[in-house]
Amino acid sequence: MATNYSPVEIAGVIAVIGVLTYACRLSFIALFGRLDEIPPVIERVLRFVPAAVLAALVLPSFVTLDAGSFAADKFVAGALAAGVAWRTEDVFATMVTGMGVLWAIRFLL
Amino acid sequence: MDTASFRRGVRDVAPLLLGIIPFGLVAGIATVNAGLGLPAAVGLSVVVFAGASQLAALELLGQNAPLTVVVATAVVINLRLLMYSASIAPYFREFTGRWKAVLAYVLTDQAYALSVASYRSDSETDRKWYYLGVAVTLWAVWQVTTIVGALLGTGVPDAWGLEFAIPLVFLAILVPAIEDAATAVAAAVGGAIAVVGAGLPLNLGLLVAAGVGITAGVLTGSATGGSDGN
Repeated sequence: MATNYSPVEIAGVIAVIGVLTYACRLSFIALFGRLDEIPPVIERVLRFVPAAVLAALVLPSFVTLDAGSFAADKFVAGALAAGVAWRTEDVFATMVTGMGVLWAIRFLL
Repeated sequence: MDTASFRRGVRDVAPLLLGIIPFGLVAGIATVNAGLGLPAAVGLSVVVFAGASQLAALELLGQNAPLTVVVATAVVINLRLLMYSASIAPYFREFTGRWKAVLAYVLTDQAYALSVASYRSDSETDRKWYYLGVAVTLWAVWQVTTIVGALLGTGVPDAWGLEFAIPLVFLAILVPAIEDAATAVAAAVGGAIAVVGAGLPLNLGLLVAAGVGITAGVLTGSATGGSDGN
């Protein structure tokens, strides 16, 4: 999985993502005084962004519907890490659990 | 400069670095694995400076997804920064435009969470320097670890499955994002659609999943009424 895009195209993509990301960061900090709060309609949508996006990033790494590429080690490691994440909300503990279980299954079993 | 506040910020962020360091290393390694070099790794970390979106963009670039999909996916992931910006803005109101521009650049999940918690509990802390203590530390550690990761690059054996650390990072951030029934529905639907849509053309899976998940959350929120987070 190596990209076929040229360095110029890559640089362009990085620049565009960078500008739009910075605009999100600066938005209300810069506008405070003229626009003090997120309009309620927008806030009602925005507050679901982290949960929906993060879950969409996480789940396909643990589970796939394609039987050919289903990886039991990742599924088990992901499930156990989810339990630890739930209890601790700690990035390091979650990562240690997930990688530890994955390596235990791959290298010890 | 208020050194005491700056140092307090550095001290408060230190425990979080245990999660940031491996995250940064993985982001650097992912850059090389996607077929991009050190300049792209540095460019992403300096110009974008938002780990989740960097990793998603790298994965899509590695799969040669259309550039519009790469940009749209990364930006959707970073829309949450709008919420942080709005929430922290009142605390930054007295600063000059130039300082606001600097403070905004280093706004991250962790800098936001730690600073707002500190502002609410303690009026003694110098806001700007505490925030900078947290945010600049995160920035520096992120730059160094992504560069180290990019240099280590392909030296890490595939069997270690290091890329698996990426969803684990997101998993730990996902749990606190599930605050109530409506956000739980958004997460469940977003995750399920992403699994089902993994094979969608143009790598649209994540964008579609995020869109449907957010919609499901909004609908649940209005159906259950009241619980709109205020």
